[in-house]
Order: sequence, then structure tokens, then C-alpha cells
Amino acid sequence: MSEITLGYEIPTLQLPPISRHTLALYCGASGDHNPIHVDSDFAKKAGMPDVFAHGMLSMAYLGRMLTNWQPQSQLRSFSSRFAAITQLRDVISCSGKVVELFEVEGESRARLEISAAKASGEQTLIGEAVVAL
Amino acid sequence: MLDRSKIGQQFAPLVVPIESGRLKFFAKAIGETSPVYTDEAAARDAGYKNLPAPPTFAMVLDMESEADLPPEVELLQLDVGRILHGSQSFEYLGQMYAGDVITVRRTLVDIYDKKGGALEFVVTENTYTNQDDQLVAKTGCTLVYRNA
Repeated sequence: MSEITLGYEIPTLQLPPISRHTLALYCGASGDHNPIHVDSDFAKKAGMPDVFAHGMLSMAYLGRMLTNWQPQSQLRSFSSRFAAITQLRDVISCSGKVVELFEVEGESRARLEISAAKASGEQTLIGEAVVAL
Repeated sequence: MLDRSKIGQQFAPLVVPIESGRLKFFAKAIGETSPVYTDEAAARDAGYKNLPAPPTFAMVLDMESEADLPPEVELLQLDVGRILHGSQSFEYLGQMYAGDVITVRRTLVDIYDKKGGALEFVVTENTYTNQDDQLVAKTGCTLVYRNA
């Protein structure tokens, strides 16, 4: 992994547009049954324009990007804050770059800044991950 | 304002088996294309002892209570329509696999507010221990509560 240097950009992950079907599948599979993500009537009553994506769905997309790059067994930590709501039909892309190279107990690690963003460029998730190299 | 006296509350542990069918359903829901997450033989070829639970799967285990929602929702009598997920962190100390039985221990570690109380933040921390008593992950979750 000697080719990994500061500023290295890992391969991006492009997602299809968020659909109601995407959200229904994630509701069932994740066990997050909050109706605000799947029931338009409920979402509108709660003051939202419509149902919207689970933050954890986009975090799972970030996870896919990370494990596409390095095996999951190399992942040491992974965090994100949810900066903006992902709406229906948003097209999310995930990206990340190496911002620090360091060593812990003899293990070489990279810290990455990672984010998910809409096609407009607005960032929805902003986080970081530490990966052993 | 949410009841600050609940800070420090430890919730009843959840004991949750990780089923391979659930992992495959989760992989489908997140659009995972790597066979490591859906094909036992591919997982073993990649050096895993069984299907690995993907990086964010720990949070799925949190949802496996009878209440269907995180326990702080009932404890603090939160209106689910006003909850947003603020942030989430995962620390990996081991790997969770299909066939594991995971004990999830959740603690309410903080409640604070911003914008003059218009937003309150509910912070929980979890540990995940497998059937061999190995601590495999820790997580932190911040929920944002929109006060009317």
C-alpha cells in the first residue's frame, strides 16, 4: 500500500436515485421502522414535504465505498454526521480522501475524510474513517 | 425540555442472533454488490469465517427490541416525528458474523440543547459483545429532537 499518500482519493461510489422502493427495503432490512421514512401521510403531518431517506442508508453507502476500497477487516473506525436531509429522487455520490497517515502499535493506518453529496454538490453526510493499510 | 435526570440510564441488554438471511436482505437494501456479503463461499475465500456483518450493521441490532424503536424514545417520551439522526460513530474491535449472538448494551450518556432549547441532543453509546464474550464493536449515536 505504499502508493497511498496524503490527498489520495479513493474510488467514488455513485448511487441510483433514492426511490420510495429504496426506502421501503431499507426500512424492512434495517429494522428502523420510523414511519417518517416510508409513510407520506405521517411525514407530512410531522411537517416534512414528504418521506425522506434514513441517514443510515447513506452511511451504509459510505461503508460500501470503504469496503470496496479495502477489505472490511482493515476498517478500524467510521463516523459521520448527518448534515442535510436526503430527499426522494436525490442522486447520492460518495467520496473520500486520505488526510493523515499514522501508525498505532506498529500498524500503518490512514485517516480519510469521507462524504456523501447530492448531484447539486450539497453534502448530506460528512465524516471520517480510519483504515489499516 | 427532556428529562436530564435520565442521563446515565443503562437500558436492558438486547441479545440478538445475526441471521444470514437478514444479512443478505440488508445487503440487498443497501445495493451491496460484493459477493463477500451474500455468498458464504466468497466470504470464506476472502478470509472471513462466515458472512460478515457490514460496517453499519451494528445499528440494525439496536432496533431488535420489542419496542421497535431505540429505547430512549420511550424513556424520554419522544415524539418520533420530531427525531432526526444527528451523528453516528462505529469503532471496530472485531468482526460480527452470521451465526453470532450479540449482546447489545446501551447507555444514555448525555442530553444537551442548542438554539435556546429549540433543538435537544440525545447521546447514547453502545457496546457489542459476541457469544465468546469478545467485545467486537462500540458505537455512539446522537439524535436531534426538534422541539415545537
